Amino acid sequence: MRILISVGLAALCATAALAQHIDNARGPVPVMEEHAPPPLQNPDNSDVRRQRAYAMQPPIIPHKIEGYQTDRNANRCMMCHARTRTEQSQAPMISVSHFTDRDGNFLAELSPRRYFCLQCHVPQVPVKPLVENRYIDVETMLRRGGSASTLPGRE
Amino acid sequence: MIRLLKRYWRVIRRPSVHYSLGFLTVGGFIGGVLFWGGFNTALEATNTEAFCIGCHEMHDNVYRELQPTIHFSNRSGVRATCPDCHVPHRWTAKIARKMQASKEVWGKIFGTVDTPEKFENMRLALAMNEWRRLKANNSLECRNCHDFQSMDFTRQSPRAQTAHSTSLASGERTCIDCHIGIAHRLPDLADAHRLAEKHGGPHVLPALVGGTPREEAQRQE
Repeated sequence: MRILISVGLAALCATAALAQHIDNARGPVPVMEEHAPPPLQNPDNSDVRRQRAYAMQPPIIPHKIEGYQTDRNANRCMMCHARTRTEQSQAPMISVSHFTDRDGNFLAELSPRRYFCLQCHVPQVPVKPLVENRYIDVETMLRRGGSASTLPGRE
Repeated sequence: MIRLLKRYWRVIRRPSVHYSLGFLTVGGFIGGVLFWGGFNTALEATNTEAFCIGCHEMHDNVYRELQPTIHFSNRSGVRATCPDCHVPHRWTAKIARKMQASKEVWGKIFGTVDTPEKFENMRLALAMNEWRRLKANNSLECRNCHDFQSMDFTRQSPRAQTAHSTSLASGERTCIDCHIGIAHRLPDLADAHRLAEKHGGPHVLPALVGGTPREEAQRQE
């Protein structure tokens, strides 16, 4: 009996906590209530390359890809970004890293493990970030000569 | 056979005995109007989306695929129906297409694409038919709505501007060369070149499917 009551109490507390909890990403809507999604935005279509945040970052897609088909039949991205297509399209060629399989063998064309472009490369939408981004570029960090503890706000 | 034809020829040549000239001309005129009206009404009835998706082959495959695309739902609510893109608008070309379509009636009766698997196997051949048609008529069905003269490049994205002001403007490329798979899913393109040979060579393929200029040059050597 005592166990039952304590379990019940715990559940009650949890529900109350859930109801009060406000998630930054959701906005000022309690978790238990349904949130009206914000309207869709048009993605960046400027076709201007952006700086990468770090050397190994997969470059973002600076154009619309709405309705681009990537399945076992066809890969729309590769119709411009494949090695043999870049002369006509003037699009950047897929990186040479995309030609190697997981054993390090160099293949003639895009490795199957790199086939689904959107796993790493994504389009960008001009929206206000939901949470503050405190990422610091490595060059900024080096110039500052500081350590990881010298983050903005902690200085 | 010849005798039968001769007999009918004699009947047709003989002047009418019972009916007046007025009855025959006015009756012929009214009959003609009714026939033509009926013919055109029937033709237009087969030229509607409701007719096209009356068959499950069209309703469950291509019509489903069309729905999420820009030609079905968009901000302004203007949309293209099946015949807008797949049937020529000019009368003679339309009749020619309608006669070709009798093969599709055959396909319906014998169930050429009556399962999703069969449809998927035929997809490349079916897509190729449409690509060939649009390549041959310079994407006429696209241009019925998308007039090149009315395109404002300054309102287009940089990518679109570049493509439209060079290859399209010079006539080197036509709409379908790049805008393949705009309204339906693309087929497996692995066999595209082999199938193209049957239809007279790789030039029947849209540019994005066909070889690159360099590959074509090597092929010809």
